[in-house]
Amino acid sequence: MGKTRVARTGNEAMAEAIRQINPDVVAAYPITPATEVMQIFATYVADGLVDTELVPTESEHSAMSAAIGSQVAGARTMTATSSQGLALMYEMLYIAAGLRLPLIMAEVNRALSAPINIHCDHSDTMGGRDAGWIQIFSENSQEAYDNLIQAVRIAEHKDVLLPIMVTTDGFIISHAMEAMEIYDDKDVRGFIGTYKPLLPALDHRNPITVGAIDFVDYYFEHRRAVAQAMINAKDVILEVGREFGRKFGQEYGFYEAYKLDDAEVAMVCLGSTAGTGKDAIDNLRKRGIKAGLLKIRVFRPFPAEELAARLRCVPQICVLDRSDALAATGGPLFAELLAAMYEDRSEHKIINRIYGLGGRDIKVGEIEELLSAQVSAAAGGKSIDRIAYLGVRE
Amino acid sequence: MGEIIEIRWHGRGGQGAKTAALLLADAALGEGKHIQAFPEYGPERMGAPVQAFNRISEEPIRLHCQVTNPSIVVVLDTTLAGTVDVVAGLPEDGIILFNTAEEPAAIRKRLSIKGLKVFTVDASGIAKEKIGRDVPNTPMMGALIKVTGLLDFDRMLEDNKKKLTKKFRNKPEVIAGNIEAIETAYQEVKSE
Repeated sequence: MGKTRVARTGNEAMAEAIRQINPDVVAAYPITPATEVMQIFATYVADGLVDTELVPTESEHSAMSAAIGSQVAGARTMTATSSQGLALMYEMLYIAAGLRLPLIMAEVNRALSAPINIHCDHSDTMGGRDAGWIQIFSENSQEAYDNLIQAVRIAEHKDVLLPIMVTTDGFIISHAMEAMEIYDDKDVRGFIGTYKPLLPALDHRNPITVGAIDFVDYYFEHRRAVAQAMINAKDVILEVGREFGRKFGQEYGFYEAYKLDDAEVAMVCLGSTAGTGKDAIDNLRKRGIKAGLLKIRVFRPFPAEELAARLRCVPQICVLDRSDALAATGGPLFAELLAAMYEDRSEHKIINRIYGLGGRDIKVGEIEELLSAQVSAAAGGKSIDRIAYLGVRE
Repeated sequence: MGEIIEIRWHGRGGQGAKTAALLLADAALGEGKHIQAFPEYGPERMGAPVQAFNRISEEPIRLHCQVTNPSIVVVLDTTLAGTVDVVAGLPEDGIILFNTAEEPAAIRKRLSIKGLKVFTVDASGIAKEKIGRDVPNTPMMGALIKVTGLLDFDRMLEDNKKKLTKKFRNKPEVIAGNIEAIETAYQEVKSE
């Protein structure tokens, strides 16, 4: 097992993973901040480092359509996008899942218009959370790389066969250079294996129909199968995460728990904020506040039971949402975690803070202040809002 | 959590502030340190004020927030000092390094700088002489290493040689010029 320590941005890390995966087809359209992923990958194609057929399309809708067509034909296919690009793919996202195509997407989280903004929040992928795509978030460049490699195995598993997106935080990770480890090509290729499509449309001896209409007689059964695939994905994600750990050293699960065992207060979040949060947790502990952190890695399928079990003994929970569902009841992660914790008999106080929209910075001090205020409110001090916005001028 | 050194680079679009931050981080990585390098992204254009940042630490860096309290600031274009608050967030004993032919004391007086350790080097002059173009970023790195002791100078120079060789395979004069510029700036940087 060879590893090389390098300095890479999130986009470079994703492009490196795609080079090592060496997909049969890549179809994409550029969009900030994901453009670089394909720009770098296109140089690999031009330099003959991969065997990939790169299809530059005229829009993201076309990119996803081309990717679907190529995957149906039996080719391992990837794409990359962000924000408005993902939004433009929306119609096709559902089709990719419904056709049970193990497409792989590198997604760079960016806010949605209007107002137009190129910076990070999670609104774009939250918009596709019910589309039948597996969604895995990354804290840093290393995780973006590791997650993309695992994505191949998860999506293509016979019990899953669903499209998958691996995300990084726009600019914060996509354009920030960090130290990370790259694995040898042969090890990565050995891990992902050769793609054996279940029903390739180009197999003329076994003709199939793809995308036919379902009336009331079968639509429900086919959608039920998609739902089952998402349920099945849970075991596969864990299995692949363990095998990845055995081979490359870092095991992955549904979440990462940081100093959670004796925590009286815990923050729950997605993506890069977990890194900043860990520093805040250390500072709080130095001040005598037993704080912890739970970073959710897998958002689809949502590991509700596992999260509830892990948070069972934490009385105070603060869910940090980097997107707003505009539902007048808090952010999407908050809503899902609340539902997950509902069955649990123990007493929890769960609050929600929507933060960081459009790339607004979140600082160590802000997190410390937030969690210490929650602990103090729980002890009978100044009360705090259950749902509120953090770091905004109101 | 070990101590993290934070650096802010001020420049104008096209001057190589981002490249300087990337090169420094890469050199620090070569010495086994943990690093981050990232620019501030906005509507950047040639000549517009831009910033780039570094974090360097002996321990893994987990922070993903902006750098607001750097201990070191490097100003690639001293004319920025009139419009951009280049000393913002620096602590009392912070270091600020200007690309200018002026003496540190003159800069301190002209910009009314209180506290801080002020250094200057004529990186543009050196770049024009050694590289043939006003690209002050690499010489500024030489001066930065001198005044901060952040990295081992010889190893940084070796590292840069390797990277430049890769980037400018067909322009050996650019490589030699850059290396000489880094060395000259290392020797000529002025303190108060």
